[in-house]
Amino acid sequence: MTDSGRVWQPAASIEALRFRAAVLAQLRAFFAERGVLEVTTPVLSAAAATDPQIESLWLHDGSGRRWWLQSSPEFHMKRLLAAGSGAIYQIGPAFRGDEQGRWHNPEFSMLEWYRPGFDHHALMDEIEALWALLAKTSTSPWPRYRYAELICEATGLDWADACDARHLRRALEARVGRLPKALDSGGLLDAAMSLLVGPGLGHESPCFVHDFPPEQAALARVEQGHDGHAWARRFEWFWCGQELGNGFHELTDADEQAQRFAADRALRQRAAQVDVPADDALIAALGSGLPACAGVAVGVDRLCALLMKAEGVSSVIAFPADRA
Amino acid sequence: MSSYSTNQFKGGLKIMLDGDPYTIVENEFVKPGKGQAFNRVKVRNLKNGRVVERTFKSGDSVEAADVHELELQYLYNDGEFWHFMEPKSFEQYTADENAVADAKNWIKEQDNCTVVLYNGAPLSVEAPNFVELEVTETDPGVRGDTSGGGGKPATLETGAVVRVPLFIDVGDKLKVDTRSGEYVSRA
Repeated sequence: MTDSGRVWQPAASIEALRFRAAVLAQLRAFFAERGVLEVTTPVLSAAAATDPQIESLWLHDGSGRRWWLQSSPEFHMKRLLAAGSGAIYQIGPAFRGDEQGRWHNPEFSMLEWYRPGFDHHALMDEIEALWALLAKTSTSPWPRYRYAELICEATGLDWADACDARHLRRALEARVGRLPKALDSGGLLDAAMSLLVGPGLGHESPCFVHDFPPEQAALARVEQGHDGHAWARRFEWFWCGQELGNGFHELTDADEQAQRFAADRALRQRAAQVDVPADDALIAALGSGLPACAGVAVGVDRLCALLMKAEGVSSVIAFPADRA
Repeated sequence: MSSYSTNQFKGGLKIMLDGDPYTIVENEFVKPGKGQAFNRVKVRNLKNGRVVERTFKSGDSVEAADVHELELQYLYNDGEFWHFMEPKSFEQYTADENAVADAKNWIKEQDNCTVVLYNGAPLSVEAPNFVELEVTETDPGVRGDTSGGGGKPATLETGAVVRVPLFIDVGDKLKVDTRSGEYVSRA
């Protein structure tokens, strides 16, 4: 122990770190074989994610300039795509303040890749192929559940009632106990996903959840479904009850992207959160033309931990936040 | 009044919920891919011991419970209340039957007990894990039987009844495990 109570030894065993290194080598070989280019983009950026649910970290340099630590390499990678990079991937650090727990560390490793010409379903196919390589077994094809279908099944509500805060709260509290008072229907859907649906997903084989409510579109395109509702063309990848990846059929419309950034910033202002500068370079890149593409971000620490059947990410991170 | 943010949550933290003091047994941070983060906690009510699950929005604050543990010396029972003393400051504390609960079967004068104080008053009393007590009543000992097989009830000086081997006699001092209420050995 040190004076501050930190332990000097790594949290992960050397054996686990060897396993982690082998996974990283396999990832790189997978993308090299498929002609996906490895890139490196800045960790420190002039702009940051506006998403009100992401707390970006920052630092000030000697001149007083504020730099944001990236919460994902998405914006820079899309600028490369707009510049004609073709398919690209990156493995690097990402940062999110206040996210710490068994499956979270404020600094974590993210694998992110983009595939021009793919939609989100084609990208899900590629994830199945990648997982088969890492897990040395194939269980394809994996179930692809629609978000609404899972929420309805877990709560016993139809989708219209599940979108009603009063009905959803009653159904959820009967199943998971009391929930915080200040939750709107979006927050209640997040609770349903995190507390009720998610933990039960991906135990027989990994699986995907797709077609999210448009309010949760983030940077994905929103399209009218066969059911007449608008759905965000997004997916999440689950394995052993953990969310491992988050993929989009990417929004390419610069005006709509600018509007979403502005709406996020308005929400932040109303909630008295830190204001985050929107990335005008990304908007300009979208304006010059982002090729139609799909992209996904995968938590490398979680992936390694689950491949090792470990109980949390600290078993594959040399020095998690409490020892950093 | 102090409070804790959810990112300070950890096992053992004492918080107030619905007017009762609770201790956090387990804390799990959960967050969907995009969206609201939550802290899912298991908490134990310090008054009745019941464990319940609660969910907080991450970043919310919860009132801290004025609860802490002290090592106190048991002084005496006046028929209604149990009196304890902090051995350094000589400050005295009075516990009611609710707080003393099961510990009253095991403690005798001058034993050191772990006492949980809530707003300055004893909320619960924990007897030492092992105590030595004299047998005040039991059937006559069976000489020569040291096998420990069989057994019989024995009443101890505190009034507690434990099962003891047949060779135990009135006046013997016994070591007892207060967590299981079982005889360990002759002291």
